[in-house]
Amino acid sequence: MVINSRFFNRSELMGFIVLAAVLFVILPLTLDVFRLNLVAKYLTYAFVALGLVLCWGYGGILSLGQGVFFGLGGYCMAMFLKLEASSVENTKIQSTPGIPDFMDWNQITSLPLFWQPFHSLTFTILAIILVPGIFALIIGTAMFKRRVGGTYFAIITQAVAAILTILIVGQQGYTGGINGMTDLRTLKGWDIRPDHAKVILYFVEVVLLFACIGIAQFIRLTKLGRILVAMREQEDRVRFSGYSVANFKIFAFCMAAVFAAIGGAMFALNVGFMSPSFVGIVPSIEMVIYTAVGGRMSIFGAIWGAILVNFAKTSLSESFPQLWLFGLGGLFIAVVLAFPNGLSGLWADYIQPHIDRLFTSRKSKAGWKDNSVADGAPAE
Amino acid sequence: MSDEANKGLLSPLRRKLLMGMAAVPAITMLPKASFAQAPATSAVNTTGLAVTDTEVTVGILHSATGTMAISETGSIEAEKLAIEQINAMGGVLGRKIKFIQEDGASDWPTFAEKAKKLLVNDKVAAIMGCWTSASRKAVLPVMEQYNGMLYYPTFYEGLEQSKNVIYTGQEATQQILAGLNWIAKEKGAKSFFFIGSDYIWPRTSNKIARKHVENVLKGKVVGEEYYALGSTQFNSVINKIKLTKPDVIFTDVVGGSNVAFYKQLKAAGIDLSKQALLTISVTEDEIDGIGGENIAGAYACMKYFQSLDNPNNKTFVPAFKKMWGEKTVIGDVTQAAYLGPWLWKLTVEKAGSFDIDKIAAASPGVEFKGAPEGYVRIHENHHLWSKTRVGRAKLDGQFELIYETADLVEPDPFPKGYQ
Repeated sequence: MVINSRFFNRSELMGFIVLAAVLFVILPLTLDVFRLNLVAKYLTYAFVALGLVLCWGYGGILSLGQGVFFGLGGYCMAMFLKLEASSVENTKIQSTPGIPDFMDWNQITSLPLFWQPFHSLTFTILAIILVPGIFALIIGTAMFKRRVGGTYFAIITQAVAAILTILIVGQQGYTGGINGMTDLRTLKGWDIRPDHAKVILYFVEVVLLFACIGIAQFIRLTKLGRILVAMREQEDRVRFSGYSVANFKIFAFCMAAVFAAIGGAMFALNVGFMSPSFVGIVPSIEMVIYTAVGGRMSIFGAIWGAILVNFAKTSLSESFPQLWLFGLGGLFIAVVLAFPNGLSGLWADYIQPHIDRLFTSRKSKAGWKDNSVADGAPAE
Repeated sequence: MSDEANKGLLSPLRRKLLMGMAAVPAITMLPKASFAQAPATSAVNTTGLAVTDTEVTVGILHSATGTMAISETGSIEAEKLAIEQINAMGGVLGRKIKFIQEDGASDWPTFAEKAKKLLVNDKVAAIMGCWTSASRKAVLPVMEQYNGMLYYPTFYEGLEQSKNVIYTGQEATQQILAGLNWIAKEKGAKSFFFIGSDYIWPRTSNKIARKHVENVLKGKVVGEEYYALGSTQFNSVINKIKLTKPDVIFTDVVGGSNVAFYKQLKAAGIDLSKQALLTISVTEDEIDGIGGENIAGAYACMKYFQSLDNPNNKTFVPAFKKMWGEKTVIGDVTQAAYLGPWLWKLTVEKAGSFDIDKIAAASPGVEFKGAPEGYVRIHENHHLWSKTRVGRAKLDGQFELIYETADLVEPDPFPKGYQ
């Protein structure tokens, strides 16, 4: 149990250093602002992937509705930004100045009550964490307390995603409908659109991502993380040992929801845009795909999955505007068929042994191997 | 080895090659000679757009994949045809147009991302693109921030005006008012039933239509119903229509929902040759899916029909079919998309520059006499002066022109009294 006294084992430490080097140094130095902003967009999905590692990879709870929480976080942020962009002088041409443009089109003449608190940034930040968190708590409590799990839970999360999309599209006077909230401009008077703002937002996002990685890693290493894994492998045994399985599941699900919401809020800031197209079933499944491609057992694998899949999406669609979806689909099928543990499984199987050999030949055997088996991806 | 080298030296090919080499300097003279009138790049491009001595790059940004692909493909085809025709005439300010096509994938944020890529990375001189209002709303802030020029082809709800957009389709009042006036006079219509898809364009259009019916035509709106995009169940509204018996059914249902709507209407026994129906959302493209037999007799209010009888259209339709196949049909938006590259070319030539600011300033007043819909002109507000036309759907999927306004209708994106 040497490993538990350390925060990262060696392969994780390496993953940490590589990711930090790439995100903090290499990408900002090599990419222009436009591409860096695209990376910032990909990274918002990395938050979701990180949550899915905890909830699906470790806890074994497959949620096909992460878009819901991504969307809730994003909409909270977007509501604040939209209110700021809809000042009276910016909206002079409307029949009712001072309210968001889509309300004006929908013949709403005063700001709805639930919009009012979003004038405050503090409230907004709290809402980004709490609204999805509490929503996940409600869904989780309703499901897990009744021992609804596995496929049924996945189906229900899908249904929630569908319902929320319909709600947002239908209530367009309050939500902007299918168009979403566009033309977000400033954050407390600070223009989020120019290049230097994009760079600052990128770094803020990377720092937040690493903070979330820290939290996820911490959860993994505590007893809590162990119970999550045990629950995934043998739920009944954990229950018979006297643990409340439902509470642990609810916790994992809520954590995943909060991570997704932070991603959503960063998305609204970085892209200047929020729309129901991130809330529905298709984006939710895409988020699961990023995680699967990267490796659902590995925190760093899943983050790379989110970055690489989105990068592939952008570059394929730039090169082959008519055919890119087929290419992407083929890529997913290939990855899932050939490497069920995703890219990180590939790394663990083919690259890690070489690195280990390199180290073990230098240091006399210090028990690395036993530990890496104990901590590594369980066979499944 | 020396043998081979000698062979090379003595080879008759070598002499030909030499002669060829001697001709090389002449090659550089060729383009100069043919583009003698082309002004220097430094003079026509002061802001670093993708303009060289022989080429200028524009972007095409539509959905080639996803649910909107079926609608937007026609626009892509029309824009490519216009670019090819302009190039065949010698290009713009002596430069051939090269295009970069990006896929918006029916996803509004993707549209914004790709628009940004076209402006920031590729430095395109103009973008022909967008289709839905949602995609335009997503792209608009990008166009304004990075100072681009968008030629937007779709008829839309109005309430918008930007230095960075030329709207080549009709805004709501241009499309609706003349059509309502005509049907009120022709059919003596007093009661109207509105049915639309539930998003900004139908809602705004119906708002304007309602004000016009109530305040100007002194008629009555007996029902107003909205259905979610993609909805296919219209039975309840059809029952309401049967109960209220409106003089006119006014619809702005979009996309695939149309197929279900007209089929169910027919199945319910509503005969469109007796029950007047005025749509502002069905073009030849949609009839392809609906089927001529299901919609024959309905009236559509547009600015262009493929069947228009004028010399411009008589050369446009065959050219389009030659490039994209005999079976393609040309709807209102496709024609408006075709105007984009032409209006841009004419504006660049008027401004004598590719600079966005100069084009934006020079746009008002630009006229295009070769438009398939007839003469069009850009208004101060960057919309087009164009005629409103009413056509009646025929069994073969084409429209028969019934009525057109005598003069061009002024675009009015912020109509007073209709808000």
